[in-house]
Amino acid sequence: MFNASSNTPIHRLQNHSLLMTGLLALALVITISLSAGMGYMKIAWVDVWRVVGGSLTGNVGLIADVDELTRVIVMEVRLPRILTAAAVGGGLALCGVVFQGILLNPLADPYTLGVSAGAAFGAALALLMNLTVAGIYSVPVCAFVGATATLMLVVYLSSSAGGANANNLILSGIIVAAILSAGISFLKFVADEQVSVIIFWLMGSFASKTWIDVGLSSTFLLVGLLVFVFYARDLNLLCLGRRAAASLGVDDRRVPWILLVTASLVAAACVSVSGIIGFVGLLVPHMMRALVGPDNRRLLPLSLFSGAILLLCADTVTRAVLPHEIPIGVLTALIGGPFFCYLFRKRQTGGRGF
Amino acid sequence: MGFALCGIGFAHPGKTIFDGLDLDLSAGRFTGIVGPNGCGKTTLLDLICRHIRPHRGEIQYGGRPLGEYGKRALAGQIALVPQDYGINFPFTVEEVVFMGRYPHTPRFGAPSAEDSERVAQTMADCDVLAFKDRPITSLSGGERQRVIFARALAQDTPVLILDEATANLDVCHTLTLLDRVAGLVQTERRTVIAVFQDLNLASAYSQEIVMVKAGRVVAAGPTAEVFTPQNLKRVFDVQARVAVDDFTGRLQVRYKRS
Repeated sequence: MFNASSNTPIHRLQNHSLLMTGLLALALVITISLSAGMGYMKIAWVDVWRVVGGSLTGNVGLIADVDELTRVIVMEVRLPRILTAAAVGGGLALCGVVFQGILLNPLADPYTLGVSAGAAFGAALALLMNLTVAGIYSVPVCAFVGATATLMLVVYLSSSAGGANANNLILSGIIVAAILSAGISFLKFVADEQVSVIIFWLMGSFASKTWIDVGLSSTFLLVGLLVFVFYARDLNLLCLGRRAAASLGVDDRRVPWILLVTASLVAAACVSVSGIIGFVGLLVPHMMRALVGPDNRRLLPLSLFSGAILLLCADTVTRAVLPHEIPIGVLTALIGGPFFCYLFRKRQTGGRGF
Repeated sequence: MGFALCGIGFAHPGKTIFDGLDLDLSAGRFTGIVGPNGCGKTTLLDLICRHIRPHRGEIQYGGRPLGEYGKRALAGQIALVPQDYGINFPFTVEEVVFMGRYPHTPRFGAPSAEDSERVAQTMADCDVLAFKDRPITSLSGGERQRVIFARALAQDTPVLILDEATANLDVCHTLTLLDRVAGLVQTERRTVIAVFQDLNLASAYSQEIVMVKAGRVVAAGPTAEVFTPQNLKRVFDVQARVAVDDFTGRLQVRYKRS
């Protein structure tokens, strides 16, 4: 698909990938502490660390000279939102790497199999019917159920069409997503005055996230990360196609399914807590692949951290820099889309975009 | 170790490929498989690699059913140079060849000195060393095929399966690689099973030939006995002359439409 026309050897930073991963992890920690200080009320990063340290260790001496309001803002308002944004960013980037590898398509993203449309449909339905079965978590729960149900339908469709190959999966995903989009339009149509709630949810937001959101998104993220890292080498082989992978010892019936289902569940969890946030899962794997090459053993950890940093920065911009908070999904699409066009164009004209 | 296929039945949705196929592929020999397009050659290779499973019958490898081998164990026994080698991801040539060593290194282990040495050796054998740091996506079709060939050689298996593995190569590289593979058969008693489109390559290199048509084995045996004008007429519907060529010293086929 992407035939780079350059005949020169590529110079990658792959020999320094461990160092880069470490630096990115450090950068994430710094970004988190700076972001926690930014906002309507400015808080020095030292105080952020004092509050966090004091709350974690129970050492009241650390927070003795920090007022209660600062503590509440950092611990109850900003950190949950920040950590959720970071976990979702990392999760979407990881899923992007996995989807692109399995679907043999560098343009795939976590939503390629219709996970986002399913989540959106579930959420819209919950919002429309004022479902409150699970309290304030009704919407995320319905979104998650919608996403997983969609995944199962897509998998069923593609496997009944004579072996689940990449093309069958992509086509099934497109078909199911198209039907669900029509369903969402219908729900919006009948929603009347509630339509704005649905639209707002669809555009994505990290506003008023709680520690439960942090726990939910980071649990899925961690489980996903373990599975992906375990199968990272197999994923390299799957990037060469099923037949090649099988001849090199990959269980090509089981492994792609394990990876697809895990990635879809991680993506579903991300969408459920935050709404639909595009381009992170597409762009981050691309940019990291240009830096360290396509070996997933290097690509996965780097994408995790850079996805987290990217989405956290975007959320911090909309939360603390812009005069009005705009939906994060809109912001990432507005910045990510043109940037992707630039990379794509550069690539086509022989640069080393990817 | 050789293969024994017994009563194999296999069908793609809506199309029967094999119905009761029996075939022995002997160990330590270079066996060529020829037949018209769509006769089931690649499906046969897929069955042997256990990429697909027969719907009926059993395939034995080295006297044991193929299904008893684990995926990983099989990858240590059988290497494949596939027909399709489209790769969308810019792995470097060296990275791709190193993948041939995956079955021999633990999941989280680093490659050993022996791995690196073998990778370097096969890259030299396949004449891809000059562009070992270039992304495979930037190579021409023939160069790519040589890289995939190198990967299969790096896998270092008793059985090597070639699915039109030289179809895109220039004549010199074709002869170099097939000589190398034939040499492995002679010196190390490795087994090579190769599908050919080019009848002259098949006749020049194969010790045994299997002629397949419409999912049936029309003829199988030593090359000189199988490559007859009668068999070629039956399988390919061409008039053919077969003779040892005094320039190459090998069996050569000339043909015209009948």
